[in-house]
Amino acid sequence: MATRTEEDVWVDAQQSAEFRAHRKRYRSFVFPFAVGFLVWYFGFILLTTFARDFVSTPVWGSVNVAFVLAILQFVTTFFIAWLYDRYATRRLDGPGRDLKRRVESELAQC
Amino acid sequence: MLIDSSVLASTLFALFVVGTLYLVYRATKQRREVTDFYNAGGRLNGFQNGLAISADYMSAASFLGIAGLISLFGFDGFLYSIGFLVAWLLALLLVAEPLRNSGRFTMGDVVAFRMRQAPVRTAAATSTVIVSVFYLLAQMVGAGALVALLLGFTNPEAKNWIIVGVGLLMIVYVTVGGMRGTSYVQITQAFLLITGATAMTVMVFANFSFDLNALLDKAAEMSGQGIAFLEPGGRFGPDIVGDPVATLIGKIDLISLALALVLGTSGLPHILIRFYTVPSAKVARKSVNWAIGNIGAFYLMTIALGFGAAALVPREVLGMGVNSDGSLVNTSGNVAAPQLALELGGGDGSLGGAFMVAFIGAIAFAVILATVSGLTLASSSSFAHDLYANVIRKGKATPAEEVRVARIAALVIGVLAIVLAISSQGLNVAFLVGLAFAIAASGNLPAVLLTMFWKKFNTRGAVFAIYGGLGAALLLLVLSPNFSGAANSFIPLATGFDINVFPLRNPGLISIPFGFFMGWLGTVTSSERDVAKYAELEVRSLTGAKIEKPSTH
Repeated sequence: MATRTEEDVWVDAQQSAEFRAHRKRYRSFVFPFAVGFLVWYFGFILLTTFARDFVSTPVWGSVNVAFVLAILQFVTTFFIAWLYDRYATRRLDGPGRDLKRRVESELAQC
Repeated sequence: MLIDSSVLASTLFALFVVGTLYLVYRATKQRREVTDFYNAGGRLNGFQNGLAISADYMSAASFLGIAGLISLFGFDGFLYSIGFLVAWLLALLLVAEPLRNSGRFTMGDVVAFRMRQAPVRTAAATSTVIVSVFYLLAQMVGAGALVALLLGFTNPEAKNWIIVGVGLLMIVYVTVGGMRGTSYVQITQAFLLITGATAMTVMVFANFSFDLNALLDKAAEMSGQGIAFLEPGGRFGPDIVGDPVATLIGKIDLISLALALVLGTSGLPHILIRFYTVPSAKVARKSVNWAIGNIGAFYLMTIALGFGAAALVPREVLGMGVNSDGSLVNTSGNVAAPQLALELGGGDGSLGGAFMVAFIGAIAFAVILATVSGLTLASSSSFAHDLYANVIRKGKATPAEEVRVARIAALVIGVLAIVLAISSQGLNVAFLVGLAFAIAASGNLPAVLLTMFWKKFNTRGAVFAIYGGLGAALLLLVLSPNFSGAANSFIPLATGFDINVFPLRNPGLISIPFGFFMGWLGTVTSSERDVAKYAELEVRSLTGAKIEKPSTH
């Protein structure tokens, strides 16, 4: 059997079912959340730009809708950051480590 | 007028400088390898790097600029805080971990990974240096503004000497301490900033019996704008009666700024290289989360700092005086935070006031120093590693030569920043930083994202994306009212020079999509594809295979 080159190792790893599943687990979390937070952020910006009467509605004393939405931006940012770390720790770190070990041991044989 | 506080401030600041110089000196004792200059040997832990990221990021723009904008324009100033924080989700989800796994020292490492080295690294280094110098400028201007207040003189020569001093210190930190020394300085700074901001926040709220509504009501009353002070539209996209076109342009400008803020963070070279200072992607993720916690807490406190200044400091003091037509002399608000400190400590002439101003002033100096050091490091390491080692010497430079070039580059860039800063004072710091974010988001972010997530992306695509986005952002800036044709333009109206044909002050809305478009255009017009290298990049970025081992001692 012909010796494998490093290039073969990388391409085979990329095509492997394990890596594809790993990539899917990563992307199925980060893509929707990235799109989601951008939509939510720009929704907030558009409201403060074009719906000024609405966001100026007082909610609690002098605190108006704009303030409440602004604070919610902080809350969702903290929440998504926490959620992603939990997801990555539980679902991504382990498979990533296994793949890393496998690829590195195959590279060592080249 | 503030002689007491200037002596105190100088003493505190001298303590900070001596302390940090000692840290930098100690860092050189630990240095064993060339990687220490670039990435601290990759041996920081998540908490340390999280603090250092916060320090790099929470610059004079955050501390002086945002507090100033809120104090003068109310709610709209807070929009900066939100954009600056939310932006971190993009870095967390899409950038930090893949970058750590596939690069070593610079942004160029990742962008040029599967490309022809020379053209892409040249482009990456160009863009890194331009973004960093722009950002440096903003920080140095902030340093000048601060001094005017602390030392109580408006003498431009004194301001210039302070800018020179800050510049020289940053050059020392970077050339002597490298990434490790700079990181220690930043960790110290982040700790000081959070402490100072927390102390001021508690004191502001204590003034209003911890009643947020009482604080906001007083701020609205003192602003002279009433309830409108608490609503959007005070600064960005105001509704101009009878001129729907100008109103709409203002609103679009706000959206453009928001886009630049949220996409710029992940394109800032001095932030990107911080992800290399930890041993693994997992630690990079943890450090981003520490940073999000710190940065978020700080930006929440800008509510207290900004509205507190509006409520407790007379408006004419915040505006550094009033013109004969009733307008403020200076609408940057950069002095709001120190003025608030003075008030909280007991006012002008009191010992408490002098102490608080000194304390907050010293922190602001530390904030500026930490950020400018990070920026100088990012640009000099990109020059040395991307341009010198990989383009000029084509990979044949020894590590020692590379670091020597990086040190020389730090010196040159530092001097350049000093000269530029002296010639561009009087601009709002947060505004200047907003522009730096727009340039970073246009020139760097498309290339970083496309190389990591788009299989077809190639050399021409990367080169087009960087120069296209960068060029568009810079060109639009020159054609905008920032540069000429408006009352507060860089080139005064009186000269009659006017090339103001692009109405938006922030170019992001056009230049960021243009950067992505050019990345696409370059890619599809070139047949180059490196399938194996993309396989390597993708596998490495998601698994950490073949990651550089942290240096061992």
